[in-house]
Amino acid sequence: MLNVEDVKKWMENFDNVIQEQRAYLSDLDTPIGDGDHGNNMARGMEAVMAAITDKDFADVPSIFKTIAMSLISKVGGASGPLYGTAFMEMAKIGNGDVKELIPAALAGIEKRGKAVPGEKTMVDVWTPASALVQKDALTVEGIDQAVESTKEMVATKGRASYVGDRSVGHIDPGAMSSGYLLKALLKAEG
Amino acid sequence: MKKIINDPKDVVDEMVQGLVRSYPDYLKRIPETGVVYRSDLEKIKGKVGIVSGGGSGHEPTHAGFVGNGMLSAAVCGEVFTSPTPDQIFEAIKQVDSGAGVFLVIKNYSGDVMNFEMAQDMADMEDIKVKSIVVDDDIAVENSTYTQGRRGVAGTVFMHKVLGAAADQGASLDEIEELAQKILPNIKTIAVALSGATVPEVGKPGFTLADDEIEYGVGIHGEPGYRREKLQPSKALVEELVGKLNDEFKFEKGEKVAVLVNGMGATPLMEQYVFMNDVLNKLDELGLNVEFTKVGNLMTSLEMAGISLTIFRVNDDLVNNLNYATHTIGW
Ligand SMILES: Nc1ncnc2c1ncn2[C@@H]1O[C@H](COP(=O)(O)OP(=O)(O)OP(=O)(O)O)[C@@H](O)[C@H]1O
Ligand SMILES: [Mg+2]
Repeated sequence: MLNVEDVKKWMENFDNVIQEQRAYLSDLDTPIGDGDHGNNMARGMEAVMAAITDKDFADVPSIFKTIAMSLISKVGGASGPLYGTAFMEMAKIGNGDVKELIPAALAGIEKRGKAVPGEKTMVDVWTPASALVQKDALTVEGIDQAVESTKEMVATKGRASYVGDRSVGHIDPGAMSSGYLLKALLKAEG
Repeated sequence: MKKIINDPKDVVDEMVQGLVRSYPDYLKRIPETGVVYRSDLEKIKGKVGIVSGGGSGHEPTHAGFVGNGMLSAAVCGEVFTSPTPDQIFEAIKQVDSGAGVFLVIKNYSGDVMNFEMAQDMADMEDIKVKSIVVDDDIAVENSTYTQGRRGVAGTVFMHKVLGAAADQGASLDEIEELAQKILPNIKTIAVALSGATVPEVGKPGFTLADDEIEYGVGIHGEPGYRREKLQPSKALVEELVGKLNDEFKFEKGEKVAVLVNGMGATPLMEQYVFMNDVLNKLDELGLNVEFTKVGNLMTSLEMAGISLTIFRVNDDLVNNLNYATHTIGW
């Protein structure tokens, strides 16, 4: 069960990786996208950190809502609405139970982006993660495997779909950042 | 990277600032946002507002088409990145005067999702909003296995036609109907000679050898469908008009409008050379060219290259294309 402090730690962990891997995420987005994913996420997480650091929140839903609004209003691109909707749906759960939160986030991403598994998007990380978390089996290895699985997929959603077959051999940048987010959660849970 | 900028992070903010300060008679900015709207907004009272927007780096699109007879407001996102829903919503509120607002969206997953969220926000405040998603780039196969075709330079024709209709008092429903009617009749295809560098990225999205070109590239460095050695203008025209004709399957005597669009680094001289060849080719096909436009309208930073848009028109649409317009970009 996450509390407000855990969520703050989660975001801090995520922000650290995003800022560190910003160039790498944009590099992943270059051959199959438009090379902005790292910058989009870095800009969004900067805003998230400014909105939650040293701020008081009554409960987990209210910090999730603040995170969602920061992402929606700062990221832009495809990932802004997707991550923003994910946090908005998590806020609607009303508590900090990751077994409910992760499936809710996935449902939000699916609703917003209308992608299904196998289309080489972040959905390919959230879907297995959602299944694993139900079984208390979400691990760094499991997440890495899901991220890696996007490498051999042909993109049919998002910008990467424009390159079709040529998207094979590249990890999806949104899958990678989603992997970071989930691993940052594991780390915050300790 | 060699650019006249300050901190790459500030490019869009400083550009918008420079733009509205250069043309205060045309444009105003909603402070702290990338929203630019008509200075003479009171003139569209009771008329439908037309709002477009998208990533920056395509100047004069979109802000350059804000003004009488075209857009009521434009939303400038980060470079090559869709603007956010809250800003799009600000633009909608700014230009709504009761008749509703029509959104012109280019078909990218980011743009579509952000504009959809803004539309949801407007619905909650009972502002009538309708939209069209422009997908004129024929380089991409349109199948259920892709995001679909991209929105590129043909979007400017959409702005022009809808803007003219709105200024003449068309209702929101009429504008929607008009947009849907012309959408399948606007098609574009591009050729690139060199790539573009996003300031925050610092290196080109793709590179081409000195003697190499790429057909079918998008306006954000998206790869095209074929690379080959540089060809004379006439040969480029054969390829691009050929592709467009495969789509339109033109018959002799059809009326068309033509836009030759520079991608950023291609001199107007070359654009006119290219247009000359295009017009010869269209003559050969027996088409009646009713309207022509040449220039840098939908650029891709410093990319070198050209896109060719053909728009199948009738006399009413030609009137809309010729409708008096007061913008800095048209
Ligand atoms: N329809 C979708 N459903 C789920 N995920 C998607 C969808 N479209 C894109 N994505 C994810 O978004 C990531 C790209 O995000 P990014 O921040 O680079 O936005 P973008 O697509 O470049 O947006 P824009 O077109 O506005 O620049 C992809 O790697 C993919 O994981
Ligand atoms: Mg991208």
